[in-house]
Amino acid sequence: MATSVSALTRIRSARLAGMSFTDYGFYVLCGTAIVLLATQAVIDPRTFFQVLDFGIADGAIYALVALGYTMVYGIIELINFAHGDIFTLSAVIGSAILGFFAVNESSFSLADLLTLLLVFPVVMLIIGGINVTIERVAYRPLRNAPRLAPLITAIGMSFTVEGVMYLWHGSAIIHFPDLLPHGAGFQTYIGGVFFTFKDVFVIVAAVILVSLLAVFINGSKLGKAMRATAQDRDAAQLMGIDINRTISATFFIGAVLAAAGGIIYGLYFNNLDYHLGFSVGLIAFTAAVFGGIGNIPGAALGGLLIGLVKAFSDNYIGSRWTHIIVFSILIAVLVFRPTGLLGMRVPEK
Amino acid sequence: MALLELKGVDAAYGRIQALRKMSIDVNKGEVVALIGSNGAGKTTTLRTISGLMHPQAGTIGFDGRDITTTGPARIVALGICQSPEGRRLFPRMTVQDNLFMGAYSRNDKPGIASDMERVFTLFSRLRERRTQIAGTLSGGEQQMLAMGRALMARPKLLMLDEPSLGLAPILVETIFTIIREINSQGTTVLLVEQNAHKALEVAHRGYVLETGSIVKTGSGQELLASEDVQKAYLGM
Repeated sequence: MATSVSALTRIRSARLAGMSFTDYGFYVLCGTAIVLLATQAVIDPRTFFQVLDFGIADGAIYALVALGYTMVYGIIELINFAHGDIFTLSAVIGSAILGFFAVNESSFSLADLLTLLLVFPVVMLIIGGINVTIERVAYRPLRNAPRLAPLITAIGMSFTVEGVMYLWHGSAIIHFPDLLPHGAGFQTYIGGVFFTFKDVFVIVAAVILVSLLAVFINGSKLGKAMRATAQDRDAAQLMGIDINRTISATFFIGAVLAAAGGIIYGLYFNNLDYHLGFSVGLIAFTAAVFGGIGNIPGAALGGLLIGLVKAFSDNYIGSRWTHIIVFSILIAVLVFRPTGLLGMRVPEK
Repeated sequence: MALLELKGVDAAYGRIQALRKMSIDVNKGEVVALIGSNGAGKTTTLRTISGLMHPQAGTIGFDGRDITTTGPARIVALGICQSPEGRRLFPRMTVQDNLFMGAYSRNDKPGIASDMERVFTLFSRLRERRTQIAGTLSGGEQQMLAMGRALMARPKLLMLDEPSLGLAPILVETIFTIIREINSQGTTVLLVEQNAHKALEVAHRGYVLETGSIVKTGSGQELLASEDVQKAYLGM
């Protein structure tokens, strides 16, 4: 143990051209990936941009989920494992509401479009409420317990939410109606690359939500209080910030973004099952770590990049390698660059 | 009647007793210094007043109310704000946003704006650096920001925990001048300091704290002249 630690320290402190060896390796790896991708872009631009388009749309969804992981981690240093399942639950609830109003793809009318637009805020509120409740009953009582306790509880909460969905639908595929306009009028070839309205919808929706989040976090009093609480909880209390309220707000907003992501996922892929949140959650968590856990722009960037990595890996390497590659990134980041891409480097005196 | 009154307060971290039958009072308009060596319980006293921890015995009264079990957010709203030991700024927020956080319990926009102006007048360095990230300020500037942030709550009682710690002598001088000025503008100050000499010079009254209890009290001048205090805290 001691030797491996000192070996790691030696690797970290080794320097090449003024940069630490690990940073150097990081840039070489990134550079190689970019060169390889650029080569592909020149050889077969159509495929490249097609994959790029899909990767960005997929990455936008991961970004929405990753934001919730990073915000909660930032404020109470807890990895909320139930977050991925909250994401799935929102798609399941959304599909149930649409089913209740008999909205389906075969007879889609203007009234149905209105219902769809209403489903977003309704599911966001429900899921926000559920996530706040989870924090209240499962995490808050353990606020001052050793770190492992809430972590285990979070895993338990993940199984609980999955269990609820299993009781509701069993292990069957749950269909989410394919409501976004598609077909002849809503797709086009630009320079040989196939673009659909769906892709544009996903990307635009994610950009709008992330921008709203940025405005809220940087501009509003509650948003600033959330950042303050994340940076120093005791000091925040001493300034009169009610940290329980602030933490609840963080869980609420994280869940709202995941809920939007879940419905967007449903509209985009149309099929899901109770277990979906496990893999989406882990990949989104990887995205959050990749961007720098606790860092909000980092999570958005990490989500986008992980989406791209997945898409390129699926296409150029083979989809059976994709999970291996994604989680290798997680391990590599944790070992060589624990602060992530946009990790905090502000000196603290 | 005293603005702040601690009566027989006991406080503990787990099984470690930090305060024993601690009683102090602070009158309106005073500067009161609390001096004592490391581990005497000075910071614990302030944490208990601020509501970050609650006494096991005894009562705390403020401005005619019992705040023994009141939570920290409410206590700030009632008019007690502290600049904690080690400054505890929000390191990745700007100077201006740190000051806004100090005013979190308030909703009067014009009042907040005029208090921000007051802070920038007291600490002109902060005005120059209002958009700078707090973590990149120098130690002295951070201390000024910590005091300014606490003032933004417009407290009736301002508590300062080790404001001179780790600062260059010239800055220590500045900080104590500013403490006098803040007090002359009408804010009551409870000052915790290891720099006993400076603290007692500024203070109207002082308390000497040893292992969780008050062992001596008197006016600043009396304590400065006292042989015990000179031996133990002034290095004479």
